[in-house]
Amino acid sequence: MELLKSKYRFVKAIPALLSPIYLFVVFGISLGVSSLSLAQMQIEISGVGQSLYPIAVTSFVAENNLPSKVTDVVRSDLVNTGKFFNIDPGSTVQGISETPDLSFWSARRAQALAIGDVKSLPGGMFEITYRLYDTVKKESLGGTTVQVSTQDLRRAGHAIADDIVQRLTGERGIFSTRLSYITKNNKQYQLMISDSDGQNSRVALTSIEPIISPVWSPDGKNVAYVSFETKKPVVYVHELATGKRIVLANQKGNNSAPAWSPDGSKLAISLSRDGNTQIYSLNADGSNLKRLTAGSAVDTEPQWSRDGRSIYFTSDRGGSPQIYRMSSDGETFGNASRVTFKHSYATSPRISPDGKSLAYIARSGGYKLQLLDLKTGDVVGLTQTNHDETPSFAANGKFILYATRIGSRNVLAAVSIDGSVKQTLSIPGSDVREPAWGPFMN
Amino acid sequence: MSTNFFFKNQALVRRFAFFALALMTVGLTACSSGVKLDDVDENAKSGSNSSGSVDSKFANQPWNDPKSPIYNKSFYFDFDSYTVKSSDQALIDAHAKFLKANKNYRISIQGNTDDSGTSEYNLALGQKRSEAVRKMLSLLGVPDAQMEAVSFGKEKPKSPNADDAGRADNRRADIAYQ
Repeated sequence: MELLKSKYRFVKAIPALLSPIYLFVVFGISLGVSSLSLAQMQIEISGVGQSLYPIAVTSFVAENNLPSKVTDVVRSDLVNTGKFFNIDPGSTVQGISETPDLSFWSARRAQALAIGDVKSLPGGMFEITYRLYDTVKKESLGGTTVQVSTQDLRRAGHAIADDIVQRLTGERGIFSTRLSYITKNNKQYQLMISDSDGQNSRVALTSIEPIISPVWSPDGKNVAYVSFETKKPVVYVHELATGKRIVLANQKGNNSAPAWSPDGSKLAISLSRDGNTQIYSLNADGSNLKRLTAGSAVDTEPQWSRDGRSIYFTSDRGGSPQIYRMSSDGETFGNASRVTFKHSYATSPRISPDGKSLAYIARSGGYKLQLLDLKTGDVVGLTQTNHDETPSFAANGKFILYATRIGSRNVLAAVSIDGSVKQTLSIPGSDVREPAWGPFMN
Repeated sequence: MSTNFFFKNQALVRRFAFFALALMTVGLTACSSGVKLDDVDENAKSGSNSSGSVDSKFANQPWNDPKSPIYNKSFYFDFDSYTVKSSDQALIDAHAKFLKANKNYRISIQGNTDDSGTSEYNLALGQKRSEAVRKMLSLLGVPDAQMEAVSFGKEKPKSPNADDAGRADNRRADIAYQ
């Protein structure tokens, strides 16, 4: 058994062809599951912090009965946090019926150990049970059981990784959440839905016209977006499970920038039906349209505050675009106040899940992702790239996903809110843009 | 090939059945891979009807006649500018005159930006350009019902944004007759 040395600490690229996920995809197609996308996301992680938590995840008993290894997903998720370091378990297979030799694992510098069993259930289902141990204190930390079908094996891996992170760090894991993003290949645009690691992607919409600004409903069941399929920007709400769509707003002129209210009952959008782009709210079924801003400049990119009382938005009423805040009932219920001051150009406001910070894009050399502490007013630039766009917080608030450009390629990137861990997610041969990180699903 | 001949031959029938089955499979596959929007025709695909492009459906229309005063349908804007250039006044006049004389035609005015800046804000800026053209036409008496100002923002660049010339080409509003 060998320790994986520090190469994990800097850059880990998973070549698509060697990725266990690729094998799963091939298998999936032979089973007739054809909705998986062949274009696989590649992840590169860098700038990992100094003190990585060493953990060993052994192979689970009877895991070989599965078409793909659940523990590969668990280990990959843990590495992607930038906080864990996988101790190579070698060929060890460890089940939960025997007490593991914790001294053996602590001698190999693993501070935690995850072991498990896979049981086949009738109807092609599997039950996966895992247990977590503290090898230093020599105690059990608990575990969980997940029942899944063959198609959902990655979900089981994500659920176990979430449980490990929760038990070891106290933070809620985000591996079971999903991403949406737009790919562009030649002249074809696709709205994609994938796992949080960019794998297991499915096509939700294909169009020869652009699609922008996808946003998740708070319950994770719908995505609202702007599609140009009728030669103008129109806002749709798309139910992911059924593929059913409604036109949320198709007023004369532009319809864009959808944002869900925290309870999911309403959306704020931008319309240009009165000439200039202004912010409106309406019910999630498209009824009860109300104008919220009352200016002669551009007001767009509304974002609800977490308590639903305010709306943050981009406006160039002061000459250059800056972020402002107003009552969610509209500007006439109190003046809008300016929120950003540091840069001459600030757009794309996004509120963190705890409501305490605001991510936005500022012109500062290039267009760069910023994080504003709403209490202190401190602003931190989180990136060194020049074409950052469309920030989106992970559901636990620890990472921000955004679109950027590396060389001439459009890719997605994620950065931890302290700026220490960065991931790049790219699809070979494809432009990837307009990402949105989905909510917790339960 | 007549239907009669087609079904006389057992092998062909079997082949047809297989083909139908294959088609069904393709159909099912398409269902499981999300919503696919119907392809629109090539004319619509090329986007804006900017100057020089000929829309076959309207091939005989004056806006597709190089000798017509409304053949040019593109208005270019300076960097960070949202006002129609004074040199374009004659072109605005020509389109206004045509629209007032031909009330059954509608136009979409499509604003565009270069690629500097973020998507949604650029969408609003492109709309400022199409709105500037719409307002001038409106002042000349073109009814609102005949016009719609929309924007593609930076999403549909006509030229690559690789250099100044390309970016200048994308700071534009086009009139598309419908």
